Amino acid sequence: MNTIANPGRRRFLQTSAWLGAGLTLGFYLPVGRTAARMATADASTDTVLPPNAFLRIAPDNTITVLVKHLEMGQGVYTGLPMLVAEELEVPWEWIQVQAAPADVRLYGNLAWGGSAQGTGNSTSLANSWDQLRQAGAMARELLIAAAAALWDVEPGALKADHGRVVHTASGRKASYGELTAKAAELTPPNDVKLKDPAAWKYIGKSLPRKDTLAKVNGQALFAGDLKLPGMLTALVARPPVFGGRVSNVQADAARAVPGVQAVVPIPQGVAVVARDFWSAKQGRDALIIDWDESTGARVSSEALRQQYIELSQTPGDVAVARGNVAQLFSATSKTLEAVFSVPYLAHAPMEPLNCVVHLKDDHCQIWAGSQSQTVDQAIAAQVAGLTPQQVTLHTLLAGGSFGRRANPTADYIAEAVAIAKATRELDVPIRLMWTRKDDIKGGYYRPLFVHRLAATLATDGKPLVWRQRIVGQSILTGTSFAVTMRDGIDPTSVEGAANLPYAVPNLRVELHSPSVGVPVLWWRSVGHTHTAFATEVFIDELAFAAGQDPYEYRRALLTEQPRLKAVLDLAAQKADWGAPLPNGRGRGIALQESFNSFVAQVAEVTVQPDGRFRVDRVVCAVDCGIAVNPNVIEAQMEGGIGFGLSAALHGRITLKEGRVEQNNYLDYPLLRMAEMPNVEVYIVPSAERPTGVGESGVPPIAPAVANALFAATGKRVRHLPIDPAELKV
Amino acid sequence: MMTLVINSHRHEVDVAPDTPLLWVLRDTLGLTGTKYGCGQAVCGACTVHVNGNPVRSCVLPVSAAIGSQITTIEATDHRIIRALQHAWIEREASQCGYCQPGQILSAAALLAGNAQPSDADIDSAMSSNLCRCATYLRIRAAIHDAAAALRV
Repeated sequence: MNTIANPGRRRFLQTSAWLGAGLTLGFYLPVGRTAARMATADASTDTVLPPNAFLRIAPDNTITVLVKHLEMGQGVYTGLPMLVAEELEVPWEWIQVQAAPADVRLYGNLAWGGSAQGTGNSTSLANSWDQLRQAGAMARELLIAAAAALWDVEPGALKADHGRVVHTASGRKASYGELTAKAAELTPPNDVKLKDPAAWKYIGKSLPRKDTLAKVNGQALFAGDLKLPGMLTALVARPPVFGGRVSNVQADAARAVPGVQAVVPIPQGVAVVARDFWSAKQGRDALIIDWDESTGARVSSEALRQQYIELSQTPGDVAVARGNVAQLFSATSKTLEAVFSVPYLAHAPMEPLNCVVHLKDDHCQIWAGSQSQTVDQAIAAQVAGLTPQQVTLHTLLAGGSFGRRANPTADYIAEAVAIAKATRELDVPIRLMWTRKDDIKGGYYRPLFVHRLAATLATDGKPLVWRQRIVGQSILTGTSFAVTMRDGIDPTSVEGAANLPYAVPNLRVELHSPSVGVPVLWWRSVGHTHTAFATEVFIDELAFAAGQDPYEYRRALLTEQPRLKAVLDLAAQKADWGAPLPNGRGRGIALQESFNSFVAQVAEVTVQPDGRFRVDRVVCAVDCGIAVNPNVIEAQMEGGIGFGLSAALHGRITLKEGRVEQNNYLDYPLLRMAEMPNVEVYIVPSAERPTGVGESGVPPIAPAVANALFAATGKRVRHLPIDPAELKV
Repeated sequence: MMTLVINSHRHEVDVAPDTPLLWVLRDTLGLTGTKYGCGQAVCGACTVHVNGNPVRSCVLPVSAAIGSQITTIEATDHRIIRALQHAWIEREASQCGYCQPGQILSAAALLAGNAQPSDADIDSAMSSNLCRCATYLRIRAAIHDAAAALRV
């Protein structure tokens, strides 16, 4: 590789190349006329004003905001339209929300340089902060200009208020809807002034979510709910081991199942296409398939974990090296060493993977809760033999995703298009459904990781040397995102560790990225899911070894981290840190910066003599910049804590001889209501640009609970999920 | 042909009698508010009422529901369900929303038999309704709210 090339440019070109020939390169198209026309090619543009790609104003005053990100529960259909409504000066109730079309030319994620449309890394709000406020302000100014032209007055004499333009001197008023026709004749301004924060009406307020009503009356539309004329449903039989292949199929019995229309081989396995889900399922159950497992991965996860522990004794690729770690294990100083491990985890969203594909000779339509539109379009095009422009992707709500529907291989989309291609002569839409078992056994897990940490304490008890060796599969290797790797280091494997927030003069973080053959993927909060667990338990161990309070110990080491220190202080204060607890109870603290948000949590636990325990209370402090919608932030912290706790208490995918041992929620249990702790969320007031909260609630909870269990029992938890038997007194 | 009574409306369906009620509701009748989550009666996303009792429609053969009153989230005249929906909105209980119809149907069955449930009653009645977004605290609070509203 040409090492003198501008890395940013190189990355951009490679990403673009991966997106496929013919696809327009991603760029940030300023909201404007052309953009609006492109976005609304399918709308009746003669009556509806599209001042830009994110907004439509109808003569009846219906205001529609187009959201380019996936709503998967995190609240983008609320937080993002708020930014538009704020600048546009319209009542919140007037705002309707629609999924934007999949079109990278208009809707690329700015956090990714605009090169792909998609939702991830908790970027939606940060991406939209300027873009959507500008979209709203531009429309406002355009409507004011329209009124000025109609009334022959200076725009400066007019103001926008409550969905109307008002001429202050005369009191003359016109609704936005009345102005759309005139506004459509004018050129939208590009340089608009945003409101002063002091004038904000909505930003900072807990306005109600836009999607709640439809989600409680059964009307919310998920991809599996679609019913298109002639649509058939497909299920796929997949190999029992990753990388296995079909050797022989006997499909007669499957074809004989009433409702089954076709049984077709596809690269991923064998698809049964039928009238509805149940007949497709019956048909799939009736297939007799000989699998060729010779090419498959024969992984056993416990053996793998032991190998990783071995590997962690040897030096890996260097992710960060600061100072000199040679003093580690020096005879004169106190040195600690500990090994941590976390298992494979499935995302297991409540809505199993599904999508609908209608393939024609020169066009493909897809309906999906897509978290990664541009990638999905590109891969669908590849499979269908079309160009990405010939693929129309409709983004629907997703019943949870947590990263699963943002797959660089677009696995389920590729499957559905392959089935549609193999059944092209039927000329009907194909709805691909995964069962829960398909989902649990289907791979793309959070990788199994082992961390070996070692530290030497200075005489004052502070860490002098910190060495962390991380072992686990790289998520990015082999994907188009590998271009972001440097010197063999997958940044998603070391995030949160390589940038350890504590002031440690001598730091070394090393990484082993073994190739294993189990498909892996980002899982809500990605590398932070395991780095926070290892580092935040280990720092607790150091505090204990130094004879210091774990809160004060951390605090003294956050000299360069004012925002982390502030959330730590807030959480400790609200949790009455230091107040005595009865026997059998304990309090633990942990923090993590992730996705530019800062979170600290204090967990309180009660442990029974037999080791069973309950997490009673979690106090959470978060700094995510300007809190656009505090209620949504609180909900994401609650949910992140529950999601992380589910993994800490129960989450574990194991493999034996290449076979995933779990099947469903019975053996891959999720957190239940009775296990949910009381959660208190405190938001740090801030004037900084807003950052994301979809993921940052997750990382601190497992270490906070582990540290609380230590406080209660004196036993260290270094492996997840937590085994109560090890806490027995 | 089988006759089903769903939300007080009669429907004639021509399906295999062992087809789970869930797929008759969703695929045959287009009542897609009832969700598929696990197919094994462990997640509760498919919860409906049969003669007022909460059942997991993903494992109930449709033939077993003939002659019964079936209630789904699409019911518009069910006083308890309406109170719960209102409480859900006030508490902003939903995130992804996928499990919520099943949660509401389970909660409605609880409130039908227990007008003033304790936290423990709620946890117990809702223990087989999973929410991957972990909206449990808000669900519990909303059930208390709905119970209070129904008592006045």
